Amino acid sequence: MTERLDQIFVVLKHWLLGYLPESWQTPVGVVISVVCIIGLYPALFAITTVLERKGVGRIQNRLGPNRVGPYGILQPMADGIKSLTKEDIVPTSADAVVHFLAPIILVVTVFMGFAVLPMGRNMVLVDMDAGLLFYFAMGASTELSVFMAGWSSRNKYSLLGAMRAVAQMISYEVALLLSSVVIVMMTGSLSLVKIVEAQNHYSYGLPHWFIFTPWGFAAFIMYAIAGTAETNRSPFDLPEGESELVAGYHTEYSGFKFALFFLGEYVAMFSISGLGSTLFLGGWMAPFAALQFIPSWIWFFGKLFVSMGVFIWVRGTLPRLRQDQLMNFAWKFVLPMCLLNLFVAALWRFMGDGWLRWVVCSAILILAYVSIGREGMRRKQFGPRSYRYAE
Amino acid sequence: MGLVFYLISAFAVGGALAAVLLKNLVHAALALTIAFFGLALLFLRLDAQFAGFAQILVYVGAVAILVVFAILLTKGSEVPKDGVFSKSWLAGLAISAGVFAVLAWAVMQAAPSLPNESAVPSVSVNDIGNALMSRYVLPLEIIAVLLTAAPLGAVIVAMHEKAGKQEKLGAPGPGSPRTSSGSWGGDFVSETWETRKN
Amino acid sequence: MLGDGILKGLAETAKNFAGSFVSKERMTTVEYPEERLPLPEAARNFPFLVYDGDDWEKGLRCVACQICEKECPPKCIYIEKSKDKKPDYVGKPQIYPAKFDIDISVCMSCQICVEVCPFEAIKMNTEFELATDDRFGGLLLDRKQLARSNEYYHEIHPTEASEVDARLAEEKAKVEAKAKAAAEAAAAKAAAAPSANTPASAAVAKPQAPVEAKPATAGKAAEIAKAPAMATAASEPKPVPGTGTDGPAPLTAEDQKNAETPAKANAREPKAQGEPKE
Repeated sequence: MTERLDQIFVVLKHWLLGYLPESWQTPVGVVISVVCIIGLYPALFAITTVLERKGVGRIQNRLGPNRVGPYGILQPMADGIKSLTKEDIVPTSADAVVHFLAPIILVVTVFMGFAVLPMGRNMVLVDMDAGLLFYFAMGASTELSVFMAGWSSRNKYSLLGAMRAVAQMISYEVALLLSSVVIVMMTGSLSLVKIVEAQNHYSYGLPHWFIFTPWGFAAFIMYAIAGTAETNRSPFDLPEGESELVAGYHTEYSGFKFALFFLGEYVAMFSISGLGSTLFLGGWMAPFAALQFIPSWIWFFGKLFVSMGVFIWVRGTLPRLRQDQLMNFAWKFVLPMCLLNLFVAALWRFMGDGWLRWVVCSAILILAYVSIGREGMRRKQFGPRSYRYAE
Repeated sequence: MGLVFYLISAFAVGGALAAVLLKNLVHAALALTIAFFGLALLFLRLDAQFAGFAQILVYVGAVAILVVFAILLTKGSEVPKDGVFSKSWLAGLAISAGVFAVLAWAVMQAAPSLPNESAVPSVSVNDIGNALMSRYVLPLEIIAVLLTAAPLGAVIVAMHEKAGKQEKLGAPGPGSPRTSSGSWGGDFVSETWETRKN
Repeated sequence: MLGDGILKGLAETAKNFAGSFVSKERMTTVEYPEERLPLPEAARNFPFLVYDGDDWEKGLRCVACQICEKECPPKCIYIEKSKDKKPDYVGKPQIYPAKFDIDISVCMSCQICVEVCPFEAIKMNTEFELATDDRFGGLLLDRKQLARSNEYYHEIHPTEASEVDARLAEEKAKVEAKAKAAAEAAAAKAAAAPSANTPASAAVAKPQAPVEAKPATAGKAAEIAKAPAMATAASEPKPVPGTGTDGPAPLTAEDQKNAETPAKANAREPKAQGEPKE
């Protein structure tokens, strides 16, 4: 029974394909999976937008949207209908072709990332040998669409937003890659399915997730920071900082094209969260051996929602960084820590089993964290701010 | 076999031609990414996943962006009034013909040494990694040093310019807010905020 | 240590998040259409016309003197005088506005019309849900739409309204007393000289009016001098022309001109009055 529930989607797909002739089965199977992915994530996106608005509202001691439907749960529908029926405005001086292509490329590349994410046991679209590389290749292509959007709008806010976004994404992509490379070093594979399987064993009922090692924990923190920056989420949302850039690179987009950007942003968050839970949190694995009877896909999407919750929590807490702070943080803190973490992971690998490697690796990482932090905070007395000209 | 190959090739060559012929520099750069992407597809067609995805990651994700940045930062995004061909197009043609000849010659030389089998040799990412870390470790390291030298050079160039500018403007007085240009060592927290000791 | 501030912040927001489900006091917002915050007494947006009694048309205090129309800085008031007269609160026949329109899309809520009105006829409303889909007609309020009962005025501005009522009652009493005295005098005169004309008041008032207006302005000037000192008092008693005159104020064109003099002086008052009431 548990087994069947776990594999329900796989079984369902095979049952559907059974009605088709042999030669059709592979292409139709791919189409079914793709349609599922393309249908599922926008639905999750809709749920997340309302949860986010309500969550941030609660954080600010407000109620959040509560007018459309019971408890406001139909809010995303209202938003969707609104954006669908809005006029699609293309500025006269805009580069129409590039302006049109940018949101499409963004959404396409963002959705491509899901092709290699295992969403449950045997639930992966393509089990690619170079899955992680594919994911990052697709992630890197989104930068281009952001640039296209900003440049083609012929608007200085758009262009500034795009330049900021691209600079930020390139800087943090380095950190994102380096923090993921640690996992590749330990598992010896770029395939995400194999990475999940490498974490798929329990001792004393507790899982062997990579986050429960010193290097894994450090890499997870770096990954979370870089992933937040990569998806232009608060506190790294200065490419679309409304107080200075209207809406950044999608200032000149309206109607459905804007909705596509919005969708792309959220789906990218899902994608980053999914990869993060695959790499560090055991993907579709249960957190305790005793809970393995719950289907694997529930665990995957549960982890997805928990990380979305953390995204929302962080958004409700932290103010936006300034551009120089952002860059300094990327190059002077995250990158050195990532490089050090590579070294620590190698050390862990070659020290063999035993408690010693725990102590040594943790000590190195904590020491580095504290000293880099000290160095960064040096000469800074944080007190009440004094204003020279505005009193 | 044939049709897909020709389609992808047409895609790549079309992108490359557009990159050369388009008047708008940013359009040309975007067309160049199409060419890069077509090339990546060709790699994937040959079942060379690693090379294909690395092509996308590096060329589409980084090089294209770099090109675009360079165009925008050098104010070259305006459409030139006279044609896209420079006056020294003959020399350029000669150089590119020469480069192409050398590459073609190298490929032709190497072709007979390949095993003459129809199937593509299966090269997994693992094999590539092992090869890079064992047999080709020296070239890899040399490339790494070269690449490290490039950003260092860029940093030095940028810092020099900044220092010169500061001399011209005079040292920042006590009243002016300090910018983080003066010290770049290990401070990632705000510097421009004037803070009071209490 | 680096990052502890972030953790502190996260703890704070988590506390807010959890607390918002538990305690109602935390909530900073009001569910507007269902719940409303009481408006402060000094709230105001657009003017309305006060009427006494039940019939809005009969009880309208406005006498169509057109002072507010002239004083209105953005000129959003339009008044047409009536041809006939109707009795006011003291029982004296007065002209009433045949037409009184306020274009609230033009009105800037300055309250000058209220400051200058000698008859306590125009006051500031607090109603703010005035959205309409008719841009021109919907925002041009006629006298029927503007008319609000004195009870409503009490409801929205209780303190001010009772002061106004007290003042009006005092005036009425004065007028009545005077009328009584005049009647007695007339009776005495009639007794003394039976040939005296019956409509005494009109005959007496006419020559008196220009003379009596002067003391009224002088008194006004003294009051203006006092005004800064009284700045905190929101509704300072305004002298009504006619208070000084003996007998009921005659409604001649001449008198209206006189009435404008104190009104103009009065227009300067909002400066002093405009200061927030504690």
